[in-house]
Amino acid sequence: MAAGFLLQLTGVPWMPSDGALHGPVVDRLMFWNLVALCVAALIAHLWLGFAIFRRQSAVGKFPAMIRWGLIASFCLMYAWMALTAQRLWAANRYFGPSTAAMQVEVVGEQFQWYFRYPGTDAVFGITRPQLVNAAAGNPLGIDVRDPHGADDIVSSILTLPAGREVDLQLRSLDVIHGFFIPGMRLKENTVPGMMLHVHFTPVSPGTYPILCSQVCGLGHQRMQARLLVLPAADFDSWLAGREQAQARRTGQ
Amino acid sequence: MKIFTTNHRALGILYLYLALAAVGVGTILSLLMRFHRVWPNVTIPFFGLMKPEDYLALVTLHGTLMVFFVLTTAPQSGFANLVLPQQIGARGMAFPRINATAFWMTVAAFLVLVSGAHTTSGGVAISGWTSYPPLSAIPSAGPGQGLGMDLWLISIGIFCVASWLSAVNMLATILGERRAGMVWSRLPMTVWAWLVTSILSLLVFAVLLAAVVLLFSDRHFGSSFFIPAGDLINGRIVGHGDGSPLLWLHLFWFFGHPEVYIAVLPGMGLATSLFANFARRRVPAYLAMAGMLVAIGLLGLVVWGHHMFVSGMNPYAGTAFALTTMAIAVPSTVEVVGWLAMLWGGGMQLRTPMLFALGFLSFFIAGGLTGPLLAQPALDAYLHNTFFVVAHFHLVMAMAGIFSVFAGIYYWFPLMSGRLMNETLGKLHFWISLIAAYGTFFPMHFAGLAGEPRHYDRLAGPAMSFPSLIPVERGITFSAMLLAAAQLIFLWNVFASARSGRTAANNPWRATTLEWAAAADRKCIERGPYEYELPSGQEGFHPQWETIVREE
Repeated sequence: MAAGFLLQLTGVPWMPSDGALHGPVVDRLMFWNLVALCVAALIAHLWLGFAIFRRQSAVGKFPAMIRWGLIASFCLMYAWMALTAQRLWAANRYFGPSTAAMQVEVVGEQFQWYFRYPGTDAVFGITRPQLVNAAAGNPLGIDVRDPHGADDIVSSILTLPAGREVDLQLRSLDVIHGFFIPGMRLKENTVPGMMLHVHFTPVSPGTYPILCSQVCGLGHQRMQARLLVLPAADFDSWLAGREQAQARRTGQ
Repeated sequence: MKIFTTNHRALGILYLYLALAAVGVGTILSLLMRFHRVWPNVTIPFFGLMKPEDYLALVTLHGTLMVFFVLTTAPQSGFANLVLPQQIGARGMAFPRINATAFWMTVAAFLVLVSGAHTTSGGVAISGWTSYPPLSAIPSAGPGQGLGMDLWLISIGIFCVASWLSAVNMLATILGERRAGMVWSRLPMTVWAWLVTSILSLLVFAVLLAAVVLLFSDRHFGSSFFIPAGDLINGRIVGHGDGSPLLWLHLFWFFGHPEVYIAVLPGMGLATSLFANFARRRVPAYLAMAGMLVAIGLLGLVVWGHHMFVSGMNPYAGTAFALTTMAIAVPSTVEVVGWLAMLWGGGMQLRTPMLFALGFLSFFIAGGLTGPLLAQPALDAYLHNTFFVVAHFHLVMAMAGIFSVFAGIYYWFPLMSGRLMNETLGKLHFWISLIAAYGTFFPMHFAGLAGEPRHYDRLAGPAMSFPSLIPVERGITFSAMLLAAAQLIFLWNVFASARSGRTAANNPWRATTLEWAAAADRKCIERGPYEYELPSGQEGFHPQWETIVREE
C-alpha cells in the first residue's frame, strides 16, 4: 500500500510488505484507523495544552451541547471502525475455504514448526503421539499402518503456490504456540487437543518469516520458520519432486 | 507506628510500602530486560550472561509483581485504607481485623513469589503472568515450571484470598458505614471507583482462585482440567484426560480483563477529584461521570474474549467480544470528554498532584485510543501479542495507573506525614517521568507494527531479525533508564519531605472532601463533594463538613 510504502521511505518501522490477497484491506484499515486515532490523540493533547496555558479562569460552563456532540462523533468513529473491520473478519474467518483450497497441516512443537502435505492421495494419514520420534524421521508420529500416511510429505519450510487458496490445519503436540506470518497478515494459535483451521491466498512469490507469537518455553524466540511462495509452475515441480522422493523412501 | 495494627490509615501506608518494594524489584527486572534486548551478548554485573529462560523468568516476575502487587494494591487497597473511611465520614472500616489479615496475606503472597527467584532449583516460572497451560501445567515443559511455577500458583492463590477479604471489608464499609447524609450523590468520585473495584474484586478473584486451584490440581493430583489427551511434552505423553487449555484462557481472562479496571478505575476517580480541586470547579454531569465508572466496571466483565481472538475461539464469539469491547469505549469517552470539558476553562493551579493527574489523563488518552483498534479481531489478528499490545497496556494501565498513584501520594502526603512534599522536586520528577515514559512506551507501537512478538529476548532470530528496529530498541532502553532514574528524585523527595518538609496546614489544597476535615465531628452531611464554585461567582468553596446555613 502506498501509505505504508511512504512510511517505509521515511525510515519509520511499519508492517512488512504483504503478500496475501486480503493483505491490502488489512493494511488500509490499519492505516486509516491509526490516522483517526492519532488525530484524536493530538486534538485531545492540544486541548489539554490550551487549557493548561489558559491562565485566567473562564466564566461560564462548557456548553453541554458540544460535549455530547463530541461524544456522539466518537461513537460514530467507533461504529465505523467496528463495521469496516468486522466485514474483513467475517470474510476471513466466518466461512471455511473453497473446496479447491490446498490442504497443508501446520504442527507446532517446542521449538519447531512442521508442515505436512497429504501427498498424492490428498488425505492426511493418522498420527499418534506415541509414535513421535524425530530422530527416526517421524517427527509427527505418522502411523505407518495407515495407507494414507505413506505418501504424506513433512517439511520444515512451508512451500506454497502463488495465487491458490490454502487451508491450513493447525495443531500442536505439546503446549500452545502462536502461528504468525507477518507478511501474510495471518495469526492463529496452535492449541494442543484442538484442530484449528485458517485459510488465505498468498499472491506474491517470495520468502516470508514465520514466527511463534505465544510464549511456549525457553526456545520461544528461536521458534521460527520460513514460508516460500513459488510461482504455480515452480511449486508443481517442487511438489512432484517431493512426492517422488517420498515414494522412493517408502519403496512404493 | 505499630506493625500489627488494625488502624486503616497505618495499613494504607503499609500497603504503599509493599507496593514500593514490588515496584522497585519490578523496575530493576525491567531494566535487566531492556539492557539484554539491546546488548544480548554482554555479561550483566551481578547477573551473568542471560540465558533465554532467564529473560522469560524476568518477564514473568516483572508482570506478576507489577500487575498484582503494585497496580492492584496501591490504588485500591493503599489509598482506600488511607482515606476511604474519612471520605464517607465513617468511624473506621467495617471489619478492621479482616482488613489487617488481608494485608498480611498480601505480604505473604509477595514473599512466596519473590522467594522463587532465590531458593528453587529451576528458578522462576517462565510462562508469563498469564501462565497458559500446558506450559504451566507440566513441570518438564521448561526450567522454572517445576517448583517455580508451584510458588507462583501458591502466591497468586494467597493473593486472591487476600484481595477477596479486602474487597469484602471495603464493600461493607462503603455500603454500611457512611455517615448520615452521605447519600450516593454526595460520594467523592474515588469512593464510586472503590465501590466498583471492590465488586469486581469479589467476582473475579474468586474465579482466578478457582482456576489456580484447578491448575495446581492438574500438576499434583492427576486431574486433567487443562491438559488435553495425548499431550506430548519433552518426549513423554502427559495428557491422560481430555482437558482444554482454552478453559484456562477463559477463566484467566475473565479475571484478567476486569483486573485492568481494578488498576485504573481508582485513578479515574482520583483524577476527577483532583481536576475539581485544582481547577476550582464542580464536576459537570456528576451523576453521568459516576454512572460511567459503574458502566465501565460492568462492561469490563463481558469483554474478556478480546484477549482470545486468535486463540482458537469461535470467530462468531470474536465478533461478539469485539462489540462489547467497542461498547466499553463509549463510557471511557464520556469520562475523558467530561474531564476535558472540565479543564477547558483553564486557570488551573498546576501543583504537583495536579500535574500527575494531568499526566494520568494524557496516558489514558494515548493508551486508551489504541483500544478500539485492538478490539477489532481482523486487525488484532496482526497485532495480537506484538509489542503494539505491550505499548498499549503499558500506557493505559501501567503508566496511567502509576501516575495516578504518584498523584495520590503527592496529594495525600500531608495526611501521612503532616508535611507537604517539595514542589520543585515534584515538578522535576513529573516532567522527566512524563517524557521518559513516552520515550519508553510510544516507540513500542512501531516495533509491534513491524511484527515483533512479545517475550522475545533478542531481535535477531533464525528467520527474521528486524534490523530497522535496532535504533528504536536502543532509544527505548535509554528512555527506560532515564524513567527509572527519575524515580530516585521521588524517593528522595518522599523521605526528605517526611523528615523536614514544609508543615502542612489543616486543609492545604483547600479541598472539599471529608478526609481533610480537621476534627471528627459527627455532623450530618449536607453538601455535595465538589462545591468549588459559589453561586455568587466569588472566590471560595464549601467543604462537605460545612453545614448549610439556612436564611430565615
